Amino acid sequence: MIMPTGRTMMKQWGPGMLDDFMLRAGLAGLAVALAAGPLGCFVVWRRMAYFGDATSHAAILGVALALGFSLSVFAGTLGVALLMALTVSTLAGRGWAMDTTLGVLAHSTLAFGLVAVSFISGVRTDLSAWLFGDILAVGWNDLWAIWGGALAVLALLVWRWDALLTSTVNEDLAHAAGLRPGRERLVLTLALALAVAVSIKVVGALLIAAMLIIPAAAARSLARSPEAMAVGAVAIGAVAALAGLLASLWLDTPAGPGIVAVASILFAGLAVLRPLRHGGG
Amino acid sequence: MPAMPGRGMSLISAEGLSVRYGGALALSDVTLAVEPGEIVTVVGPNGSGKSTLLRALLGIVPPAAGRVTRQAGLRVGYVPQRLHIDPALPMTAGRFLSLPRRQGRAAVAAALARTGVPGLQDRQMTALSGGQFQRVMLARALLTDPQILILDEATQGLDQPGVAAFYRLIEDVRRDLHCAVLMVSHDLHVVMSASDRVICLNGHVCCEGTPHVVSAAPEYRALFGLGTGGTLALYQHDHDHAHDHAHGQNHDEAVGAGDAG
Repeated sequence: MIMPTGRTMMKQWGPGMLDDFMLRAGLAGLAVALAAGPLGCFVVWRRMAYFGDATSHAAILGVALALGFSLSVFAGTLGVALLMALTVSTLAGRGWAMDTTLGVLAHSTLAFGLVAVSFISGVRTDLSAWLFGDILAVGWNDLWAIWGGALAVLALLVWRWDALLTSTVNEDLAHAAGLRPGRERLVLTLALALAVAVSIKVVGALLIAAMLIIPAAAARSLARSPEAMAVGAVAIGAVAALAGLLASLWLDTPAGPGIVAVASILFAGLAVLRPLRHGGG
Repeated sequence: MPAMPGRGMSLISAEGLSVRYGGALALSDVTLAVEPGEIVTVVGPNGSGKSTLLRALLGIVPPAAGRVTRQAGLRVGYVPQRLHIDPALPMTAGRFLSLPRRQGRAAVAAALARTGVPGLQDRQMTALSGGQFQRVMLARALLTDPQILILDEATQGLDQPGVAAFYRLIEDVRRDLHCAVLMVSHDLHVVMSASDRVICLNGHVCCEGTPHVVSAAPEYRALFGLGTGGTLALYQHDHDHAHDHAHGQNHDEAVGAGDAG
């Protein structure tokens, strides 16, 4: 599988094109960081990491269906991710053993997606674009969809923030305060499906969950309030996105995995600093 | 519908309430009401449906039969049995008090001072002791200006002086706010003396009445009399009277409720 890197793109297109595709890639990366930061915090707080994995892996099936039926990939991934997220939260509500259920669903949808893609001629070669992302090939139309989806996720989370947070702390507590925890769970499910559809082009189906979890986990080391952690996760995600892109340009690394690698390095660095910081109080 | 003080309109009531968990009946045919300003305590052995009763009254679990009625617009202050805050979630006590509705710093400081833990607002919830944690939860419940405080085993994990101090605090708060209190407890001797009315629960209402009436009731003694002799010594019971069939009994002997408030 050949993954495009910043340097090969520059060689191909020459330095004149640099501004344009790097600008689009940078903007796409920032949009993903903006949506994934606060959403990832809820994924971490509610211990939904595997849930994020399952939803994003299912997106490959969405890609296959979209290509097979000539739909937009955004709509296909959104639809399948939403279906997956709803299935999982319904099963969880009925008391199924969650890690087994998720393990079965995550990997079987991924496998079916990969099998389905192989039937579609011409797609097989750039499957890596959907698995690992193809941020350098983001066009202006993609960018509109990515920013629209990211802002929708952000708006949803900001709108429901206090209710989501209360339900996350304790569902009975939320219930007694007149909230409906089931509805808040649905809001998160919807946000997760949207985030997956938005991010698949940028970091790829295999690494979307990483963009949810790693920046949020890294921000935990610095934060003293839930809001600070969400803002920190956005900042760390943004730094990772831009640094990953620059690495792609200078070091000839694949962009999507590079972004996740930078986020991991930031996580490790902040985790090491944490004990020093907390020593003071 | 506004509350009408002095008219005896119940804040929360259950009529013939039954609740199922899976296939099993956790509660059957429970009828009770909490009037404004009274302290009602639910006691019962483990698995007797105490927490289920509170959760059904709050509307968290649906009734399988019967009816739960809450006064329209009822302001409830709820202190759950256990609350685990994930270490991944950074949360100061002050921020916790603003869930789900934002509170001003002055209101937060006053609520924490009221419950005996002043100045904790910038401490992380995960760094609080058990006693501090319960008081912060109570402070949060008070911020809604509750008409009724509902406490589910609120003193679990506290030591004996801590338990006594916590219940004194509840009584003080009740006097200041004129709110009703409905609580579930294991701490029989401490709780019962502070209650206007005690409901003894074991899947159904075994007996109900003033602490004095209930502690003398054979149904109550059948549930608690043999196992917790030390605790009940405070009431100077004679432990000469055993019931082998508490479940099968009628509950007429000690029902003296309905006159409180």
